[in-house]
Amino acid sequence: MDLAYTEEEEAFRAELRAWLTATVPTLAPRPDPADWPGRRAYDSTWQRMLYDAGYAGLHWPAEAGGRGATPTQHLIFLEETERAKAPYVGAHFVGLLHAGPTIAAEGTPQQRRRWLPPILRGDEVWCQGFSEPEAGSDLAALRTRAVRDGDSYVVTGSKIWTSHAEVADWCELLVRTDPEAPRHQGITWLAMPMNADGIKVRPLRTLAGSREFAEVFLDEVRVPVANRVGEENDGWRVTMVTLSFERGTAFAGEVIACQRTLREVAAMARRNGSWDDQTLRRRVGRLAAEFSVLWRLIQWNVSAAQDGTGVPGVGGSVFKLRYSQARQELYDTAAAVLGVEALDTSREWTVDRLSSLSYTIAAGTSQIQKNIVAERILGLPKGP
Amino acid sequence: MRFQLNDDQRALRGGVRELLAGRFGRDRMRACVADPSVDRRLWRELGAAGVFGLRLEEMGLAEAALVFEEAGRALLPGPLVATHLSAGVVDGAAEGEAVVAGCDGALVDHLPDADAVLWLDESGAFVVDPAELVTVELRSVDPMTPLNRVTVRPAEGRALPGAARLRREAVLLTAAQQCGIAGRTLESAVEYAGVRRQFGRAIGAFQAVKHLCADMLVRVEMARTAVHAAAVTGDPVETAAAKLLADEAAVRNSRDCLQIFAGTGFTWEADVHLHMKRAWLLSTRFAREGEIQDALASSLPAPGIW
Ligand SMILES: Cc1cc2nc3c(=O)[nH]c(=O)nc-3n(C[C@H](O)[C@H](O)[C@H](O)COP(=O)(O)OP(=O)(O)OC[C@H]3O[C@@H](n4cnc5c(N)ncnc54)[C@H](O)[C@@H]3O)c2cc1C
Repeated sequence: MDLAYTEEEEAFRAELRAWLTATVPTLAPRPDPADWPGRRAYDSTWQRMLYDAGYAGLHWPAEAGGRGATPTQHLIFLEETERAKAPYVGAHFVGLLHAGPTIAAEGTPQQRRRWLPPILRGDEVWCQGFSEPEAGSDLAALRTRAVRDGDSYVVTGSKIWTSHAEVADWCELLVRTDPEAPRHQGITWLAMPMNADGIKVRPLRTLAGSREFAEVFLDEVRVPVANRVGEENDGWRVTMVTLSFERGTAFAGEVIACQRTLREVAAMARRNGSWDDQTLRRRVGRLAAEFSVLWRLIQWNVSAAQDGTGVPGVGGSVFKLRYSQARQELYDTAAAVLGVEALDTSREWTVDRLSSLSYTIAAGTSQIQKNIVAERILGLPKGP
Repeated sequence: MRFQLNDDQRALRGGVRELLAGRFGRDRMRACVADPSVDRRLWRELGAAGVFGLRLEEMGLAEAALVFEEAGRALLPGPLVATHLSAGVVDGAAEGEAVVAGCDGALVDHLPDADAVLWLDESGAFVVDPAELVTVELRSVDPMTPLNRVTVRPAEGRALPGAARLRREAVLLTAAQQCGIAGRTLESAVEYAGVRRQFGRAIGAFQAVKHLCADMLVRVEMARTAVHAAAVTGDPVETAAAKLLADEAAVRNSRDCLQIFAGTGFTWEADVHLHMKRAWLLSTRFAREGEIQDALASSLPAPGIW
């Protein structure tokens, strides 16, 4: 057991840090969260800078256009970019963390050549069209139909909660190609161009007031068969190969950001007198333990990945359960320190408190995560 | 960075588990419930196996923590932490010839059998003659651990160097035992949930039971990670955090385990109450919840420092 980084890892960190120190201050100010085109442009500029400096897709394999970095180097990347307060993946989340890795793992050489470089360069934005009005936690209940017609699929149905749909160029879409087959065996994975005819995007307003996700209506949208990744009706497996990517290191940067916020919360409490309240102080102390151990848990999981041991998705479920709760408690505590100011949505912590509420829902609710932990790790009998 | 057990550490853990299963099986454990006096033969066997002296032989705190996690898992009684920390300081401790009881200023365990007492509190670390302690005997909630409450501070004993380190290690090794309890109660709960049937199915098929078990696993993973990390870094803040999470994991997991065993769990014959009572006891030892949270809160650096 060793928490010290090797010389090689430290050299990588030093090189990266030097680049970040020189680069981050040159960035334009962040756009208003409501300005979607502005956000897309900002996120893409940053991704292009990473690409030009050789940091895009750092841990992707070389044949996918990546640098083949180790999981530990990738973790160092996430840690250093957060400490430098560099931008986050933003609109490129789906491309870099899910659609891209899926194509890298399951796509043909032509598909990889077509889609991966624009993801890495920040040129094309992807969204994820999985959830439907009747298929949330029970994703395999999805009903959006795709019927083969010559060299196209004709797709009809609707998707919901699709993040970044308004600005996306592509959608990784799960469709039903065989309604007769058992549920998991009739699903296919398609890359759908968002400018195709028959697509209507209706933005939804989140409880934070923002427009983060949308409904996507599909009316006889033609998607070339060449855009299918994996075999027809094998889409469930294709998707699950990479679903664990969402739950691995995706939150590493955020844990560091939470530690920073906690220090700011404590500093404000010391200034405004709420620090005199022992209960509040102890909540802060509890959270300090929580986030420092969550960081260690990431290091533990990354080391397991580096060794090729452990099941990535599984360590991720444990992490996500605890992290989502800790994040919500952090912002509840921040609200206690803010007092009535917490009711002012011009406060950053108030907005963050509202958006923290999605953490126990998105990417598998906490109840579903517990089912996964109980059934897949502990081997308890399967539910319905 | 390679934050995983290495092959030697895995082998050590397996070896200790096997040793304890052989020397301290359920019958012997149950015999201790009836008579909690320190079993000198077992104590010497533990000494011979290196439980007390392992760090005099090139092993580190990380290895000690693994051994203590196994001890907690097996409900091994006796003043393990104090005797371990006294190896090389009190004659016979390393070999298990001496029984060194631990005192955190408030409570001392296994006093009737103690050859010496290791006193560890904010004022420092001292080796004290058991006869010097003025105490009141408690009817200990943990039937395997006799407890005495200290009423008068003894005139100082033999002061030891490195008091802060000793105290930190006492906290860490206690936390490691709690991880063992948390892990063991999870295992029992899952096993029972797979075999006990109600309403025509294994109770583990009910989500209410499943989710209790999932919560237990999350607590174990967090606590164990915290203990490993604190053992590697030796950092006082991480050590305190590890104790906080491990105490919570042990106390809450043993409670949830009891809930899953239900009526059976409420009996003296079931082992779960022994885990729960040990968890209660250890959670008060050397560092407790409130004071840890206070310390962690005040250790938070000002923003902007990295
Ligand atoms: C901010 C945000 C962004 C999102 N982005 C995307 C996106 O880009 N693309 C996309 O496809 N989806 C996205 N989602 C959708 C997300 O994946 C779903 O919301 C989630 O899977 C839950 O589905 P649901 O909302 O339909 O809830 P439901 O599945 O209807 O669940 C309702 C409640 O029932 C519980 N429940 C359901 N089934 C079980 C069970 N078997 N056992 C116990 N309890 C159960 C749930 O835990 C929950 O509490 C996003 C969601 C949010 C909040």
